[in-house]
Amino acid sequence: MRKLLTGNEAVTRGAYEASIAYASAYPGTPSTEILESLAEHKEIIAEWAPNEKVAIECVIGASISGARSLAAMKMVGVNVAADPLMSFAYSGVNGGMVLISADDPGLHSSQNEQDNRYYAKFAKIAMLEPSDSQESKDMIVAAMEISEMYYTPVLFRMTTRICHSKSLVEFGDRQEVTKKPYVKNLQRNYLVPAISQRLHIILEERLKQLEAFSNQTNLNFIQWNDKKIGIISAGAAFQYAQEVFGTTASYLKIGFSYPLPMEKIRAFAQEVETLYVIEELEPFMEEQIKAAGIACIGKEKIPRCGELNPEIIGKALLGVEKTLIQCDRSIVPSRPPILCAGCPHRGFFYELAKVKNVMVSGDIGCYGLGGADPLNAVDSTICMGASASIGHGAQKMFNKFNENMRVVGVMGDSTFFHTGMNSLLNVAYNRSNIITCILDNRITGMTGHQENPGTGFTLQGMPTKIIDILEVVKALGIDQIKVVNPLNLKEVKEALDWAIALAEPSVIITRWPCVLKKHSEKDRIEFGDYMGTCSVDEEKCIGCKMCIKTGCPALCFNKETKKVKIDVGQCVGCEVCLQVCPVKAINKVGE
Amino acid sequence: MSEVKNIILVGVGGQGTILASKILSTGLVEAGYDVKMSEVHGMAQRGGSVTTQVRYGQKVNSPIIDKGQADILVAFETMEALRWLDYLKPEGKVIVNDFRINSAPILMGKAEYPEGVLETLRNTVDTTVLNATEIAEGLGNVKAMNVVLFGAMVKAMNLTDIPWEKIIAANVKPKFVDMNVNAYKAGMTTDTK
Repeated sequence: MRKLLTGNEAVTRGAYEASIAYASAYPGTPSTEILESLAEHKEIIAEWAPNEKVAIECVIGASISGARSLAAMKMVGVNVAADPLMSFAYSGVNGGMVLISADDPGLHSSQNEQDNRYYAKFAKIAMLEPSDSQESKDMIVAAMEISEMYYTPVLFRMTTRICHSKSLVEFGDRQEVTKKPYVKNLQRNYLVPAISQRLHIILEERLKQLEAFSNQTNLNFIQWNDKKIGIISAGAAFQYAQEVFGTTASYLKIGFSYPLPMEKIRAFAQEVETLYVIEELEPFMEEQIKAAGIACIGKEKIPRCGELNPEIIGKALLGVEKTLIQCDRSIVPSRPPILCAGCPHRGFFYELAKVKNVMVSGDIGCYGLGGADPLNAVDSTICMGASASIGHGAQKMFNKFNENMRVVGVMGDSTFFHTGMNSLLNVAYNRSNIITCILDNRITGMTGHQENPGTGFTLQGMPTKIIDILEVVKALGIDQIKVVNPLNLKEVKEALDWAIALAEPSVIITRWPCVLKKHSEKDRIEFGDYMGTCSVDEEKCIGCKMCIKTGCPALCFNKETKKVKIDVGQCVGCEVCLQVCPVKAINKVGE
Repeated sequence: MSEVKNIILVGVGGQGTILASKILSTGLVEAGYDVKMSEVHGMAQRGGSVTTQVRYGQKVNSPIIDKGQADILVAFETMEALRWLDYLKPEGKVIVNDFRINSAPILMGKAEYPEGVLETLRNTVDTTVLNATEIAEGLGNVKAMNVVLFGAMVKAMNLTDIPWEKIIAANVKPKFVDMNVNAYKAGMTTDTK
């Protein structure tokens, strides 16, 4: 069977064929769909973990028990998971284990552009890099075999273009692999200094064996064409290189990219006149090739920043300049992502933006959009779960140096469970009067609606215990707590005023489902359904644009009539604009 | 079959470019082509500018279309056609929906929706304008606008030999099959302005 699949879907097929029994992940673009589509296989236990460290630890546990297992995360998630990863490399696997790192060159949906191939070198583990969907499937099967043959966890490095591009995949048969027995083995899994000292030596030996494998495996293969130009490439960049050079160059395609096949590279380099190393982001291969004394051209010509494409490579190496359609496109205004019409975050940020002398410490999620025009209500967004801890440090310093500033930390429900809880624990313990706001929209929003410990369902759709954020906040040691409806601006304002006056830590929980969320039965009982839409009475509208400042995409200011119009197709009747209007020109209709 | 063809669909998150490209790529695979398709998820879904790219031929390498490489640009929203125009070959074709969606700066009164986009397009490249949204509305569901545009694209790319009606039927919910097949036919045969 042959099907057009994304790289993420192909990985799932590979996991099925390789008899992977357990998978865990935290959602993150571009990796999210891997676990979502794995969840459809009843042969696999697939779970959302609260964060990436927990996900990889669960996967390590499955491996130690003797089962084949897989963890998936976006590249910054691997930073969170790095602690267990670095040490488990010493232990080595029992059942095969693969960690998928989905990197995001070009920052389509990320906060940095880190190149996670360095993690393979850092942790001293094997790495595979697919170039299309077929390889994404096949290499998962290969990764399991390599992992079990050499006891190494495998870093499976994908990028946005590999994850989200579709290409044809020829399916293979499922290999029924029986779970290995669990064997208590302190000499491998009990990482105390005396054991780890010895394991480090074994790890170095394993790397030498992996390098020998790298030199002989067909995952690293040569395509001979004209020998004037030789190209070493991997991942998406290999497809781009072929697009540009076709059969006018010879290729050494690297699929097993750590340890590098240095003998194969040396032999290839000796046959070609000019050697290019074409790789996205950092000179990961180039540095090692140059360190081995092999001359090559790489980052002096190919950019280090941003996503590559054939155009960039053609320009950099061949000086190709294409004729493009000449036309003034500067008149086209930008179209940035925005909070949806009816988003429960809007009312909260609208009120927060009005508070003077505050620093708003943001977090990763849809509510990051609260920092954009016209709300402009976020001062910083660094990483998952950081809002309360960055806020704590800042608040302590404002207080110490007698600066009249208050800090408001803002995170979502999924972010709270991710690592926000730890940060809030620190706030309670070390006593800063930061105001931590948890915008609970009853789902993991930005990545496209994944369940989390607060939603009442598991990834595979089973009803489960709902973890109550309010109770967790109390248990973490916060005494001052208010739960508000974010669509009620008066409630939001009063809660903010109340919290700002406090000299101790406080938490405001806003509770309302994401406007795009399909309501569960519990949601329907608690929140009801949206009814009616808002409408502007043009007689009363004075064109003050107060409602426009909420940034709702259902509202449009007509410059000619100097009135606001509401698009009924988008409006869900959340009534935030209605509360903002100073002349009561907005009414609810159709209830 | 040897030459690789490039189709770029552009629009606004939520307009249905993904379904249109899914139908397109499924049909191309059934017709025996090598196919690659690329789209970007994530933040783009929140009302941002979105693009889906489909490449087909005997053997396709890169999953993405370079600037100046597309044979056809199908714009689901009017000004998006202009935003992505430099992806089109100078001799390529544009199919544009005469339908505006204001972006955030326009809604806030900080920018104007550009006037004369259709004229600029017509003066620059081979342009077909249709009001796919109105046509779809006439067929009973404004959301089928994507399939109307798809029909117009099939005609323009001369892909009419592929059994699209069967493929559409396999990719939409049973109760929407007739409406979508009609939308496809309407796009295939519509008079353009």
